[in-house]
Amino acid sequence: MEEKEIQDQLASIRSLMERSSKFISLSGLSGVLAGVYALVAAGFAWTILYNGTSRSYTAADIQTNGQPVYTLLFIAILVLALSLGTGVLLTIRKAKRKGQPVWGKISRALLFHMATPLFSGGLLILILIFRGYYGIVSPASLIFYGLALVSASNFTFILVRYLGLCEIALGLIAACLPGYGLLFWAIGFGVLHIIYGSVMYLKYDK
Amino acid sequence: MKVPFEKLDKAFENRLRLQIMSVLMVNDRYDFNSLKELLDTTDGNLASHLKALEKEEYIIVHKSFLGRKPNTTYESTEKGKAAFKQHLDALEQLIRQQKSK
Repeated sequence: MEEKEIQDQLASIRSLMERSSKFISLSGLSGVLAGVYALVAAGFAWTILYNGTSRSYTAADIQTNGQPVYTLLFIAILVLALSLGTGVLLTIRKAKRKGQPVWGKISRALLFHMATPLFSGGLLILILIFRGYYGIVSPASLIFYGLALVSASNFTFILVRYLGLCEIALGLIAACLPGYGLLFWAIGFGVLHIIYGSVMYLKYDK
Repeated sequence: MKVPFEKLDKAFENRLRLQIMSVLMVNDRYDFNSLKELLDTTDGNLASHLKALEKEEYIIVHKSFLGRKPNTTYESTEKGKAAFKQHLDALEQLIRQQKSK
């Protein structure tokens, strides 16, 4: 056997071990874009909340007259939809390039492990919003999102786990500092996503 | 220079078999269709090589039903794992010998 042939075999083994157990088609670029959307939305939310009439720095935490809450909810859902859409599109593109099935065994496991904490957290947050506990929104969304990432990270890049741990830590800090919900939300979903996405992009997208 | 070709496992001479074992080393179980998609091969080809690995007792086959559809999954045995590791070691040794030539 030629050396090249052996090298070739070993490379194929390594690649299969990775491709068969990890979803390596997650797009870094979509992380950056999701972060940008989140920052734009946070800026927009800020103009709604802090319109100067009151020092409603804590408006996302203190019960307001209902109206802004629904606008904010709408913005949040819009950002979520946009981020998901971008993520799915770019991931499909990358999966094609990597020759990995988009809807395979691994991506299904990834989605299931991500969706379980995400849905339970999302529903809990909605329930609490309708009951008027606005202060819970920012820390809880960060924490549940972090948990979702940690649990999904078994099926993809280890980087996702670190992002998840950062989100959880940030959520816990946010819970200690009522009133700064929007700020922490912007850091967690905006800044962290941009950092994570750039690292992913430089490391794996090329 | 003595090259340990005899340590290379005959069962892994075929590339597809080696690939199947690679997948089963890092996954508890893998089903037929996912394997087929991942390895980009045909039903007949994959089935015959799986059968060969089964005959060597390197893998075990689990048959079950998902609703009415048969769902066949494969799992590597301890014997298979040991054989795979030995094969990899042999490959590594070959490379090292050729480098030092």
